[in-house]
Amino acid sequence: MTLAAHEVRWSAAGRLIVDGVSLEAAPGRILGLIGPNGSGKSSLLRLLCRLRNVASGVVKLDGRDIAGVPRRALAQRLAFVEQQATTEMQLSVCDVVRLGRTPHRAALASWNGADEAAVSAALERVGLSERHDQPWHTLSGGERQRVHIARALAQEPSELILDEPTNHLDIQHQLSILALIRRLGVTCIVALHDLNLAALFCDEIALLHGGRLQAAGTPEAVLTEETIRAVFGVAVSIRPGASGRPHIEYLVATDRPAEEGA
Amino acid sequence: MSHAAHGPNWPARIGLALLAFVALAVSVTLAVTIGEMAIPFEVALRALGNGLFDLGLPVSAIQQGVIFDYRLSRALMAGLCGGALALSGAILQALLRNPLAEPYILGISAGASTGAVAVLILGVGIGGTALSLSAGAFVGSCAALAVVALLSAGAGGASDRVILAGVAASQLFNAATATIVTTLASAEQARGVMFWLLGNFGGVRWPDLWMATPVALIGFAICMLHAKALDAFAFGADAAASLGVAVTRVRVVLFATTAVMTAAMVSIVGTIGFVGLVIPHAARFLVGSGHARLLPACLVTGAVFMILADILSRVLIPQQILPIGVVTALVGAPAFALILYRARNPA
Repeated sequence: MTLAAHEVRWSAAGRLIVDGVSLEAAPGRILGLIGPNGSGKSSLLRLLCRLRNVASGVVKLDGRDIAGVPRRALAQRLAFVEQQATTEMQLSVCDVVRLGRTPHRAALASWNGADEAAVSAALERVGLSERHDQPWHTLSGGERQRVHIARALAQEPSELILDEPTNHLDIQHQLSILALIRRLGVTCIVALHDLNLAALFCDEIALLHGGRLQAAGTPEAVLTEETIRAVFGVAVSIRPGASGRPHIEYLVATDRPAEEGA
Repeated sequence: MSHAAHGPNWPARIGLALLAFVALAVSVTLAVTIGEMAIPFEVALRALGNGLFDLGLPVSAIQQGVIFDYRLSRALMAGLCGGALALSGAILQALLRNPLAEPYILGISAGASTGAVAVLILGVGIGGTALSLSAGAFVGSCAALAVVALLSAGAGGASDRVILAGVAASQLFNAATATIVTTLASAEQARGVMFWLLGNFGGVRWPDLWMATPVALIGFAICMLHAKALDAFAFGADAAASLGVAVTRVRVVLFATTAVMTAAMVSIVGTIGFVGLVIPHAARFLVGSGHARLLPACLVTGAVFMILADILSRVLIPQQILPIGVVTALVGAPAFALILYRARNPA
């Protein structure tokens, strides 16, 4: 086991956002976190990497409570990719990826061969080696997300946490980001909006609703017509798709009212 | 370019350090020789030898006094002040992720001057010694930081709200200063207080440097220890935390360092605007955004800029000395507008 949450709770402004969630990420596999807007996905991810502190419950990394792990040691294990982090600083692609070496370097240590190798390897894995010196603000949304993933990989984490990495990307870039994540071989916990993409790319899925865990397990077990109707309030029909994974079709009336005189 | 940056590139570092030293030496030399009384370079050197090593070289007593007690201390103070304010600006811009952040715009300087004025006018019985004055300035600058933090957190904590909160804080503290001065100060005190409103190097003497030098240099050392952490703030506090930076500790240490540096400078020379804003941007243009290079670049560029600005303030209008804040604002206000314009229209 790697990263596991047990009965974690967290509230903000007097409202319970995450309400007693327990889940576990299996080593080397991809755990998808799905749920409607405001279901607590982002907050749960932030609790898992201690960007917020749990109000009760415990998050364990290899059986050790992360509340007692120094911030820097934690960052050597866990990397976090935000939804759409951007900057006004004039940075190049490699400047951003180099930030991933922060937890591995002492305050006054100079840049060394191991750091450089990690940065090159990370850029190679996301397919941006050629963009090494390109200014950050000239990149497209999909490229920026790739650079963030490269920055996270430069941390050499054993667990990677991603908060809706495909948000605001066109479908081609959504697919390529998720295919990239699948190829990494790192334990991933990823929040996703699109149910079909979650079914296609995740090994396990956890479904959140109102801060509570509604279901967890394989995509087939979690994505059922009843659960989706209950949680998302939409009628669906689910069949195995061409990939063998469940494919969700939304059942909605799409007829337009007949126009006068038509 | 980035490949050259891998590993310590000693020849380049030594070259830059030499360049910085030469720039500082040239500007101090200019500051010592230029003025109402033009002094030849070799006379300045002799006076320096007399002042530092008691060599007894032939220099007229007036020239000796002007150079050593007046112009040299003044130039060194201008350098320390410019360096410390530029450094504070770079730190605030990184921590608040706002290109317009600096001690003057955020009201920290205004808070410091309120504190200094309060000590000077309300604490006459205690005696307005430099130390208690700086302590007052420090309390004032911390109070201003707290007001800015509370206001911007209350407004949602977004980085653009910080500037609005800063504007409010500066108005508040300037009003407090004005209230103290108009209601409690004697006419003579009120004239003296004008000194804090636009900055003035005129009163600087050597003892002031004994306080300002350690504050600026220790502040610089603390900032340099956090250079990597500051880089990690590029994508925000959560990103910094996920990179292993102890965000709260770094913020507290660096905000306090900024407050102390600003307070020390304000208690000696008054509030000087725009240096903290313009210099970090110029330095970024010269050496890039990495704080390990940016912070030393700010210290040196800020020092050189302020020494030159001080020379200008002395020679721009014959027989008169302009407040230093007027000179920095003449350069700074257009630069502020340019940055504002560019922030609204990202490339």
